[in-house]
Amino acid sequence: MSTLEKHSYDVIVIGAGGAGLRAAIEAREQGLSVAILCKSLFGKAHTVMAEGGIAASMGNVNSKDCWQVHFADSLRGGKFLNNPRMVELHAKEAADRVWELETYGALFDRTKDGKISQRNFGGHEYPRLAHVGDRTGLELIRTFQQKIVSLQQDDFAEFGDHEARLKVFAEMTVTELVKDGDAIAGAFGYYRETGAFVLFEAPAVILATGGIGKSFKVTSNSWEYTGDGHALALRAGANLINMEFVQFHPTGMIWPPSVKGILVTESVRGDGGILTNSEGKRFMFDYVPDVFIDQYAKTEAEGDRWYEDQENNKRPPELLPRDEVARAINSEVKAGRGSPHGGVFLDVSTRLSPEVIKRKLPSMYTQFLELADVDITATPFEVGPTCHYVMGGVEVDADTEETCVPGLFACGEVSGGMHGANRLGGNSLSDLLVFGMRAGTGAAEYVRGLGDKRPAASEADLEAAGKAALAPFHADAQARTGTTAAPENPYTVHTDLQQVMSDLVGIIRRESELTEALDKLQVLRVRADDAAVEGHRQFNPGWHLALDLRNMLDVSECLAKSALERHESRGGHTREDYPTMDPNWRGVNLVCRLIPGTDTMELIHRPVPTIRPDLLALFDRHELEKYLTAPELAVLDSPQSPSSVEGEQA
Amino acid sequence: MSHQAEFKVWRGDSDGGDLKDYTVEVNDGEVLLDVIHRLQATQAPDLGVRWNCKAGKCGSCSAEVNGKPSLMCMTRMNTFDPNETVSVTPLRAFPVIRDLVTDVSFNYEKARQIPAFSPPEGVGPGEYRMQQVDVERSQEFRKCIECFLCQDVCHVVRDHDDNKQAFAGPRFLIRAAELDMHPLDSRTDRAVFARDEQGIGLCNITKCCTEVCPEHIKITDNAIIPMKERVVDKKYDPLVWLGSKIGIRHD
Repeated sequence: MSTLEKHSYDVIVIGAGGAGLRAAIEAREQGLSVAILCKSLFGKAHTVMAEGGIAASMGNVNSKDCWQVHFADSLRGGKFLNNPRMVELHAKEAADRVWELETYGALFDRTKDGKISQRNFGGHEYPRLAHVGDRTGLELIRTFQQKIVSLQQDDFAEFGDHEARLKVFAEMTVTELVKDGDAIAGAFGYYRETGAFVLFEAPAVILATGGIGKSFKVTSNSWEYTGDGHALALRAGANLINMEFVQFHPTGMIWPPSVKGILVTESVRGDGGILTNSEGKRFMFDYVPDVFIDQYAKTEAEGDRWYEDQENNKRPPELLPRDEVARAINSEVKAGRGSPHGGVFLDVSTRLSPEVIKRKLPSMYTQFLELADVDITATPFEVGPTCHYVMGGVEVDADTEETCVPGLFACGEVSGGMHGANRLGGNSLSDLLVFGMRAGTGAAEYVRGLGDKRPAASEADLEAAGKAALAPFHADAQARTGTTAAPENPYTVHTDLQQVMSDLVGIIRRESELTEALDKLQVLRVRADDAAVEGHRQFNPGWHLALDLRNMLDVSECLAKSALERHESRGGHTREDYPTMDPNWRGVNLVCRLIPGTDTMELIHRPVPTIRPDLLALFDRHELEKYLTAPELAVLDSPQSPSSVEGEQA
Repeated sequence: MSHQAEFKVWRGDSDGGDLKDYTVEVNDGEVLLDVIHRLQATQAPDLGVRWNCKAGKCGSCSAEVNGKPSLMCMTRMNTFDPNETVSVTPLRAFPVIRDLVTDVSFNYEKARQIPAFSPPEGVGPGEYRMQQVDVERSQEFRKCIECFLCQDVCHVVRDHDDNKQAFAGPRFLIRAAELDMHPLDSRTDRAVFARDEQGIGLCNITKCCTEVCPEHIKITDNAIIPMKERVVDKKYDPLVWLGSKIGIRHD
């Protein structure tokens, strides 16, 4: 590959959503040269779809809020499976990361005294989400985009070149990470526009590629969400954890078919929307699980009062964490009480005036009016669960976001641990900010620590990467399968994969179906290898999909394997054959990795990092009993237990 | 309910191309992007098209539908007569890369020329105080999803490629206005920049940009006209600039 285009940087960031851009800004501000590789055009990342807001305990609306409450809410939401150190860092640093955005030019909605306004959201005890109407994600991306432009203007002033230290490579897809021995040496990819290959040589690579939703049939995710970072990390020798935990957002649009899966923001419920079944009943009151019984209203009247007086009333169960609401909707539909197109009704028109709805939920109002011909200020509308987020991801060090592969970092949705078994709404955007910045710092420190020693990619690896990327142009069904069948169409294989994952690895899972899914995934792998593409390399979506398919299959296999292994129901993983949460599984992370030197995946059990006593002390003993095992509780109760002494209370 | 509909889709690249006829199934409740995806999955796997969110939020799937700059994900098929042949062509103001994909780098270059937000001196993170009514003016422009339909339709550049050097286009005039109206931006030369560097004088207020904006931003009335007024007055009268920071137009 002597003619291969090559670029050298200190840090390569793969992904240009919130996490990737925050990481890139940090590494550049620390003086390193950074390239951002972006699968779409710059500024189109899936982060723009985030609606509700950024969770940060600034206490602008309720001054009782503080990082400790945010910590407890997040751990409770994640069913105590979260990496507690990540949750702690997240809760402590989110507010600073939000305030920093204002210095980049972001314009959040305001409180009466001119501070950043904060709204209620499922699972958050106080109004906590900084927001801009219902387009917070767009504001975040635009703010970062403009901050990057400002850094480039600084570089232009200093070096006469906007791209001297920070360059965005738009419409660039990475197909493989390259290594030198154990350490990362760079990334290999292609320009979508020309199909030409390119090598980015860099000692540090930050994965910020987002999620995996495109493996499912009904999803709120865009075409980019094909699990690229998860698969790249796996193939480079990193670990994936918690892959069985997938969040199905309870309220996606379900009608008409063209909008199926598109998100209806949780703010609709946070601002007063109620869920009803075909009998007109507010069914969520029947679905408050024991662990949450003390935190939610028991009657409609109390739930209704909460919107006016949050001090003296409990919140309505429509605001339970997402996994609970999604399962409840699923149960109602199964019981025959669903809406005409297989969902339930969400109604915001009874509580809010049309003017308030249009002001607070402008995008939702427009989205329904223009895409579905439904006026949400006047009528209830149908919603149902949609694949939204993967809690699982690349295992990283909580402080630096480094993986077990030297030089490989991950942040944002592609990383795992922060959200445990279920993510609270609003914690994703704050996750991007907190851990994006930390990954940028982590990578910068790693690169500085290397000195002049730069790892180099081998010619053989580059040859292999190029050959693999071109395989879909040479797929020969006859040679591989011994049949005379026509080569596979990548679009058909993709559709079939989505069907398998939705039918067999969806919201409610059972052993026989997960086993069947794993068998079917093996067949799909063979078919994907036979997927052939027409035409040439210039902006050819069929080719791009054929390459993405391999990543989707890797991730789907991890997901199904982990889901089969975990014999309990917790957060975003519900087993019909193991319907309850089992404290013995609370302490277990399922780690998925490739057996070194092979293509075979293995699962190993690893303990969830211990929750520090001072952090455990934030919970009532009564609540901990629902999550911890008897021996864990005994340790807590022993007189030597550090929790009985003063813990750190920063 | 579904029917077969006729489409003319532009296929080609920078060396040229032409409209190709396709017959594609259309189902109730679908948008044009659904049909383009079906065409891709069943008849033209290498059809070049950009899209991301499919919900009118990312501004990727811009194209010209029967000659009108539109987002394909927001173009409902029931707005056409079932017997009508619908033409889908790439944005005309930008060079074609392939099929419906155009080179929009012009916009990123213009974005880079605008001086960034300039934070107020002596106000630390967490100390920013602004009133809702004041941020709303700039927030309107920050709704922009950068679909570049306004850039495409604007005839200052649509039919006059040579104007691209001197003219930033509506998208970046609202960026200038947004910064000008930002309650805490410390620069005072946004309007002068719009005149001297962005070519705001070339705009003759035909409001085509406002008409195609999928976010319904009042580009002309709320951004370009106020900026034009300030361009004239500002140098001579700082009170006009101050006044411009207070009022807002509604229509």
